[in-house]
Amino acid sequence: MQNTTHRVTIEKSKAKPSLFKRFGRQWDLQLMVLPPLLFIFVFSYIPMYGVLMAFQDYSLFEGFAGSPWVGFKHFEMFFGAPEFWTVIRNTVVISLLKLLIGFPAPIILALLLNEVRNRVFKKVVQTISYLPHFLSWVIVSGFVMSMLSTENGSVNMLLQNLNLIKEPINFLSLPEYFWTILVTTGVWKEIGFASIVYLAAIAGVDPHMHEAAAMDGAGKLRQIFSITLPAILPVIIVFLILAIGNLLSAGFEDILLLGSNPVLRDVGDVLDTYVYRTGIQNNRYSYATAAGLFKSLLGVLLLVGANYAARKSGNSLW
Amino acid sequence: MKQSAGDRTLLFIIYALLALMAFFSFYPFWNAAVISFNNGTDTMRGGITFWPRSFTLENYAVVFEDSRLINGFVISVLRTVIGTLLSIGATAIFAYGMSKSELIGRKGYMVFCIITMYFSGGLIPTFLLIRSLDLFNSFWVMVIPGLISVWNMIIFRTFFKGIPAGLEESAKIDGCSNWGVLFRIVLPLSGPVIATLSLFTAVYHWNDWFTPSIYISNADLLPIQTKLQQILNSNIMSEQMAQMDSAAQGRMGRMKAVTTKSLSMATMMVATIPILCVYPFLQKYFVKGVLVGSLKE
Repeated sequence: MQNTTHRVTIEKSKAKPSLFKRFGRQWDLQLMVLPPLLFIFVFSYIPMYGVLMAFQDYSLFEGFAGSPWVGFKHFEMFFGAPEFWTVIRNTVVISLLKLLIGFPAPIILALLLNEVRNRVFKKVVQTISYLPHFLSWVIVSGFVMSMLSTENGSVNMLLQNLNLIKEPINFLSLPEYFWTILVTTGVWKEIGFASIVYLAAIAGVDPHMHEAAAMDGAGKLRQIFSITLPAILPVIIVFLILAIGNLLSAGFEDILLLGSNPVLRDVGDVLDTYVYRTGIQNNRYSYATAAGLFKSLLGVLLLVGANYAARKSGNSLW
Repeated sequence: MKQSAGDRTLLFIIYALLALMAFFSFYPFWNAAVISFNNGTDTMRGGITFWPRSFTLENYAVVFEDSRLINGFVISVLRTVIGTLLSIGATAIFAYGMSKSELIGRKGYMVFCIITMYFSGGLIPTFLLIRSLDLFNSFWVMVIPGLISVWNMIIFRTFFKGIPAGLEESAKIDGCSNWGVLFRIVLPLSGPVIATLSLFTAVYHWNDWFTPSIYISNADLLPIQTKLQQILNSNIMSEQMAQMDSAAQGRMGRMKAVTTKSLSMATMMVATIPILCVYPFLQKYFVKGVLVGSLKE
């Protein structure tokens, strides 16, 4: 009879292989990840560090290492610049206008669309409304210039046909119209696309609630205000917080393209376009960076502040 | 359930409002197309709205004969195709690695990425970085800086995490490597996500006029959107001049079927055609895409 001997060996518990070894074993996974991380470091983190040149008198020849440090000089220059308050005013006004009109617009559109029963009508309207979002601002500004032109502009032709004006108005060269043009164009471009999320949220509202309200005699309008809106309030607040955090970004491409006329600078210059002008067009690198840094920091404060206020009401980003 | 009279009126108003909105959304586009098919000098007389009065294909003929504009179109196509392929490819690979729970350093890497979504150096430091990397005035400046998108990476990663682990495990047992699993199993299953993100990325590349305008001065490398911007920018100036001397302009322009304005419209149409062709597909995928991006943080 064979004796099957089991050799029971108590293995010494292996020490976990060193971090280095474990890392080496998954080199193929790390390979998927490390080059992109390096890329992010170069293109996202180095510029972050480059923000420090706001505190230097940066010169292209000396580079980062060789340029002298000047502390808050550029910030002082910025705050003291004659155009400072104009730029701030434009930024805040344009942003608030866009918020006031452009924020509710997609919500209203979603609410309206939700009431439509005819599938074909709904699809057609939606398809048309999304299109402007996918067009570049160059194209959109081209449309605007064409519509507002004095030669064959539909807006002028309409106003003249309605006998509201005699001579065509050159809208794009008159400061008093600029804000209206910006806000209207902005809404036109984004209303459809922005309504998608709201539409999905509204569709998620329990239909039983609507039925119950209807039983109690609530008309459509009442239902919208008392049921739909409160139900999608969390979504609205999230977007509102983000919008407030972005308050200092009053627009860039649209203003650059529609407001290139120097006549409009007093009403059109916002922080971002100011940074672009002084930095890239006028080569005042440190100065422009200082202005940009100011905007970023203020933006973070706004975002945190808005989120804090929202948290008090029970809905927040974090 | 009978609708009250009030409700029916409301519904009517809603339909009317929506129809009006759709009309105003579409009209500028339609009008521009009509002008592009209309004799330029005729357009100067005004009155062109819903249909061309003096139909002509001259504007388009000039566009297609202008080597600078064709060149711009080609550059745009190259940039969009190459840029999208590289970006989606690189980001997908990145995301797959990040989705593996056994990846050492995963949490730290994630924080590293997310920070960049909230903080950025801004226009000027980035501008100077590109300059120091010698990317100025090269085709690649339009493709490389945007190569890895953290946002897209997160979307991919969320999707990859949802793929049943069993599929990957059985492949591994059969001897498949991580890269093999990525290319043979995970990516083929990711059709919708890849399609959605690719479409968004492609649209971004096609429409970007600003980056080339500040980094590229060589006219041969400019995409069509930037070229269009330059044309429109000079148009504004000539509109101002036209105000001052419209009579003289009119006399000079009588013989021409093509004016700067009608030419601009035609160029704009040409620059929009790819978007329009792709639009039906965009519709199919992007609604889901927007929801995935916003509701699944």
